[in-house]
Amino acid sequence: MDETQKKEQATTHKIGIYLWIWGLLFVLSFFSYLVDWFAFQGLLRWTLILIFMFLKAGLIMAFFMHLFWERYALVNVLLWPMTAIVGFFVLMAAEAKYTVFTRLLYFFIGG
Amino acid sequence: MSDNSLNNLPGGFKGMSHDMGSDQTAFKGVQWGKVMMWIFLLSDTFVFSCFLISYMKGRASTVVDWPNTSEVFSLHVGDVPVPLLLIAIMTFVLITSSGTMALAVKYGYEKNRKMCGWLILATAIGGLTFVGMQVFEWSKLIHEGVRPWENPFGAKQFGSFFFMITGFHGTHVSIGVIFLFIYARKVFRGDFDNGKRGFFTTMKSDYVAIEILGLYLHFVDLVWVFIFAFFYLW
Repeated sequence: MDETQKKEQATTHKIGIYLWIWGLLFVLSFFSYLVDWFAFQGLLRWTLILIFMFLKAGLIMAFFMHLFWERYALVNVLLWPMTAIVGFFVLMAAEAKYTVFTRLLYFFIGG
Repeated sequence: MSDNSLNNLPGGFKGMSHDMGSDQTAFKGVQWGKVMMWIFLLSDTFVFSCFLISYMKGRASTVVDWPNTSEVFSLHVGDVPVPLLLIAIMTFVLITSSGTMALAVKYGYEKNRKMCGWLILATAIGGLTFVGMQVFEWSKLIHEGVRPWENPFGAKQFGSFFFMITGFHGTHVSIGVIFLFIYARKVFRGDFDNGKRGFFTTMKSDYVAIEILGLYLHFVDLVWVFIFAFFYLW
């Protein structure tokens, strides 16, 4: 092991950062539970759920999974394919709208 | 970690084009096993995404009301129903085990054998607790008449998505727990300190294996974040 790696490990593995992230994850999970506790509805509920979800996911990936310290070559290979998921989600959301439209049309109105 | 000149390489996006165009290993300074685990996790991400997107499609296209998850997953404390209580506890247990795993990786790299081993054991017990609570939740719902094809609460699709998504996730946690016990034993035995060769490989053991195991476990926690948000809270 050379000096570079020693220095890197010393900087990437301080205990404080893990404890901070750990604490934040607890707090964020508690907040997302509160969303249900207070029974927020509609747009407010969905926005809060998504915000807490993405914050938690980001913290876990960046610090617990060390992506924040990883080389960009790896980070980009991992994150860009996720855009395909967004694309698939958009396609299926449109498909769901069409399906529910046809169901309403044929089940209740009768074509 | 054969690359001794990592610090002399450019960083950021410039570093990325340098790494990718270097005609050698693309991911400088990243142990190959870690890259492989990441590629596996990427593929697993797609599997879970397909489940969650099909759930979205199923829920958005049904003309029957979706069951109110807040009530379906409530637990009675005394006589008071507390919404989503078990799911909240499961979430906290999984985050706890994720934290102990992160610390295990840290102590592993510091070659602190005892701390690393105990933290891996703590992680395994957290995972086991999680799976246990999931078993409780499944049997409770099955008793209440939830089946993959019908349920007393609302849209029929609910059951199939519930069992499929949480079942697949629970399987992942269970596999993780098995590996955690195996690796706890290896750590306590000192395999990673004296570079003992593994059962399936001729390569010497190294504490980077703990980080790779940790990646899998954090991923399982990551997936739960999305399941918790989309299936239980939405």
